[in-house]
Amino acid sequence: MRNPFTLLKRRWSDSRKARTDGGTTSQAGSILDRDLVRSAPFWLPPFLLVGLFIYGAIIWNIVLSLTDFQGLGSPDYSALDVENYVIAFFGGTPSWSELTVSPIWNSAWNTVVLMVSFSVVCLGLGLVLAILVDQEIRFENTFRTIYLLPMSLSFVVTAKFWLYLYNVETGLVNIFLGAVGLGPVEIVQNPDLKLAAVAFALIWQFSGYAMIVYLAGLRAIPTGHFEAARVDGASTIRMYWRIIIPQLRTATVSALVVLTVFSLKAFDFLFSMYGGYQPGPSADILATRMVREAYANGNWAYGSAIAVLLFVMALAIVAPYIYTQYQRGEL
Amino acid sequence: MSTETGRPEERSLFGYSLPRLGLYAILAGMTVFYLIPIETGLMTAITSPETYTGQFPYLPPLEPLVPNTGQFSLASWQGALDGLGQGLVNSLILVVPATIFSGLLGSMAAFGLTTISWRGQVGIYVLFVAGIFIPYQAVLVPLTQFWYNVVPLRAVFEPLAALPLVETYHWKLVALIITHTAYGLPICTLLFRAHYKKLSDEMVEAAQLDGASVATIYRRIILPLSIPMFAVVFIYQFTQIWNDLLFALTIVQFGDAAVVTQELVGIGVSQSGTNFPLRMAAALLAALPTLLVYVVFGDKFAKGVAA
Repeated sequence: MRNPFTLLKRRWSDSRKARTDGGTTSQAGSILDRDLVRSAPFWLPPFLLVGLFIYGAIIWNIVLSLTDFQGLGSPDYSALDVENYVIAFFGGTPSWSELTVSPIWNSAWNTVVLMVSFSVVCLGLGLVLAILVDQEIRFENTFRTIYLLPMSLSFVVTAKFWLYLYNVETGLVNIFLGAVGLGPVEIVQNPDLKLAAVAFALIWQFSGYAMIVYLAGLRAIPTGHFEAARVDGASTIRMYWRIIIPQLRTATVSALVVLTVFSLKAFDFLFSMYGGYQPGPSADILATRMVREAYANGNWAYGSAIAVLLFVMALAIVAPYIYTQYQRGEL
Repeated sequence: MSTETGRPEERSLFGYSLPRLGLYAILAGMTVFYLIPIETGLMTAITSPETYTGQFPYLPPLEPLVPNTGQFSLASWQGALDGLGQGLVNSLILVVPATIFSGLLGSMAAFGLTTISWRGQVGIYVLFVAGIFIPYQAVLVPLTQFWYNVVPLRAVFEPLAALPLVETYHWKLVALIITHTAYGLPICTLLFRAHYKKLSDEMVEAAQLDGASVATIYRRIILPLSIPMFAVVFIYQFTQIWNDLLFALTIVQFGDAAVVTQELVGIGVSQSGTNFPLRMAAALLAALPTLLVYVVFGDKFAKGVAA
């Protein structure tokens, strides 16, 4: 006769162990996983909400992108085709419009340029700041708090600040450029500078985030590694370059993924800076193009198709990240 | 960690070595870089629009003591309050319930997927985590369809508008609350799960042996231990929802239910009058709640974003 309590206890410790090594349990025989059922009241309602609003909406969006939904009224799901994707890639006059619709390459290119320049500079600046803040300085908390402060602001608010800073007559950036003999320069409406100006403002807002992630990474490195390098007589720069920075790979990857996704969401910033859906061709990114096509032009299905492409881009970056996290058992 | 050990400190000034002083100079320079946009905005916002010259936007308005800096005035803040008032109220109606719901549901989901362990839960959890990284553009058109054509929320609110304090346009805010709750859930679940993984198993196992139900374990053990994490999650969600523009644009679109970020965009649109004191006052007013939360709970905010 087995004591039901020991059984229960074993069951629990079994599944506990299973969690740490990330997979199967020894309960393969049980038809009904009781803990699944008993914990369902807790995870199922949130899961249904996420399932409906995120995954349901994504699937619906894919279906919508295959329709000709345009203007007022409701979508017609009876005739599905990939016309919108053909238009997105090659341009042309779609069946749902009399006007020529341009392909997405311009905004796709801007998206990539913004994404790469923004993320790389953010990471570089964040790393330097993290190393500087990690030198056992006084007022460390104050410095950290100040560097992260812009991140608590809305894209809409930071866009208003930078619109002012970039102003050609009274903006601080132009006062500075004038003082060093470069300026005043029209920035916000200048096709050559627009995207760089947006990237710079976003770097101001989010480099503090990269610093926080790197700082956590630096703090996780055993003190011994620093000391060993010192004993070997390595210079500070050499020590960081050869020994410390290679150990920050995990921090780099996770910060990079988050920053990349931030840059895909820069819509709010552009909308606020340019007071609407029209940032102009040299600062148009996919996120802006999609919302403009759908909500300003009423080309709902075409907007959905662009959204699917944006989603695929995000997936290509995020899926490998989540997969490696899963394999390492860090989820 | 001590990276300074063994460094010879021969040259020094005020008790600091020269490299140390250089370090502090760089840190101070970066402080200026991060603060001066906000500082300039604040100084401009308290300058009267009539005397604003824009020559020294970063100096406090000290006329007539310092020429060309403009005179002190809070008129722009009154203007900003008039322009954003309705938006501030709507944002507040939206942000409080949405923050609480997403935090509570996130905690429940993390509990069901972490503390109570069962086969395959990681699969469900992956779907939650992936939701953090979705570009919201991929759901916008279905969201608009859902709230405008599928759910008759407006029809529910029309008769309710006879009640005091309820207006028909509140249906848009309710739609926005549910939307923000759903899209906030992934990050809330992630934050709570990280916390619950660190909790010791022994208490839960002991309670389990005592015959406590899953609900009792949550209420009596996990919930009290979650309070520090609730602070982190609430602060993070409050900031995210208050700062959002995209969902408001696509669900509220326009009208009486416009939230503060939408109204702030509008204040800057007029190209004719470059009334920078008003624009800056409005930007700071819209940012005030998140700035306050950040200044008071900065460490918790840092914890939220670093997770």
